[in-house]
Amino acid sequence: MSAAVEPADMAMAKYSERHRRQRTRNIALLAVLLGLVALFYVMSIVRMGGG
Amino acid sequence: MSDGPAELTAAASAADGPPIGDFVALLKPRVMSLVVFSALIGLILAPGTPHPVLAAIAILCIALGAGAAGALNMWWERDRDARMARTRDRPLPAGRMDPGAALGFGVLLAVGSASVMALAVNWTAAALLALTIAHYVFVYTIWLKPRTPHSVVIGGAAGALPPMIGWAAATGEIGLGAVALFALIFVWTPPHSWALALLKCDDYRRAGIPALPVAAGPDATGRQILFYSALMVPVSFGPCLAGIAGPVYMAAAAVMGTWFLVLAWRLRRTDGTAAARRLFGFSLLYLFVLFAVLLVERLAAGAA
Repeated sequence: MSAAVEPADMAMAKYSERHRRQRTRNIALLAVLLGLVALFYVMSIVRMGGG
Repeated sequence: MSDGPAELTAAASAADGPPIGDFVALLKPRVMSLVVFSALIGLILAPGTPHPVLAAIAILCIALGAGAAGALNMWWERDRDARMARTRDRPLPAGRMDPGAALGFGVLLAVGSASVMALAVNWTAAALLALTIAHYVFVYTIWLKPRTPHSVVIGGAAGALPPMIGWAAATGEIGLGAVALFALIFVWTPPHSWALALLKCDDYRRAGIPALPVAAGPDATGRQILFYSALMVPVSFGPCLAGIAGPVYMAAAAVMGTWFLVLAWRLRRTDGTAAARRLFGFSLLYLFVLFAVLLVERLAAGAA
């Protein structure tokens, strides 16, 4: 309902805000995944080396 | 035409998911830092030296496990938090986050942190970590807190376990020193929590939480605080008996314990909030100083 009556620039601002937020979340998720990969790699090396 | 800019922003916020900062807030970072500090004490005071990488992973798991407990606590208490000034702006009561997202985040962190602890460190530490999270969420938050003013006594066990997890991470077992550290935090928690409850009495009453000052009044709270403080002083010498503390710690425990008792006694005699605020502030300093002395004594002994 409200989307139909809102001005175009307002809709654009909302879109870019949504875009920016999704981008931040994607980067954060990538960092977490890479962190997990590093964690399991280091963990395996230490456990195999130390016995 | 009821949709003003504020409503639009709120609707957009809920649809796009909360900002990253709100996920960090769910972890209760200030509580987490205390948990990490006490876990480090247990890890360092335990006999033997664990591999530094595994020690770091253990601390990371304990931190994330504490964060999981915080997130699950905020998920369960979201309606109650909306009624207290102190907690009204948390991500869930403020409507910035979907409750399901908080629940999923908490469960994922709880299972993840305990699993990594089991794989990387040992099963004893992993079991203790899982027990701590479960105790905090199920026994304290869900079962006891809405029912009894003495919830902080039993619930305090969750806050007292981190040094034991740290100790178990280093040795694979629960030593006498770990029990002594657990006991100290366990008996310290009631006077510490009730001093805070005296300050936040109105908030707790509004939220319907039967904190001791709400349920039994300030007079009974003062009496209970004094009782547990008197119990805490002898228990604080436990680390000496367990062989993880020396003469400096013994002196610190005697001096700090005496002052703790004086403040608890004053709180009992006067029912003003000033006395409660002083005891609450000092209780934080008390635990920090005793742990710092334990740490310094150990490091000094190691260097000698």
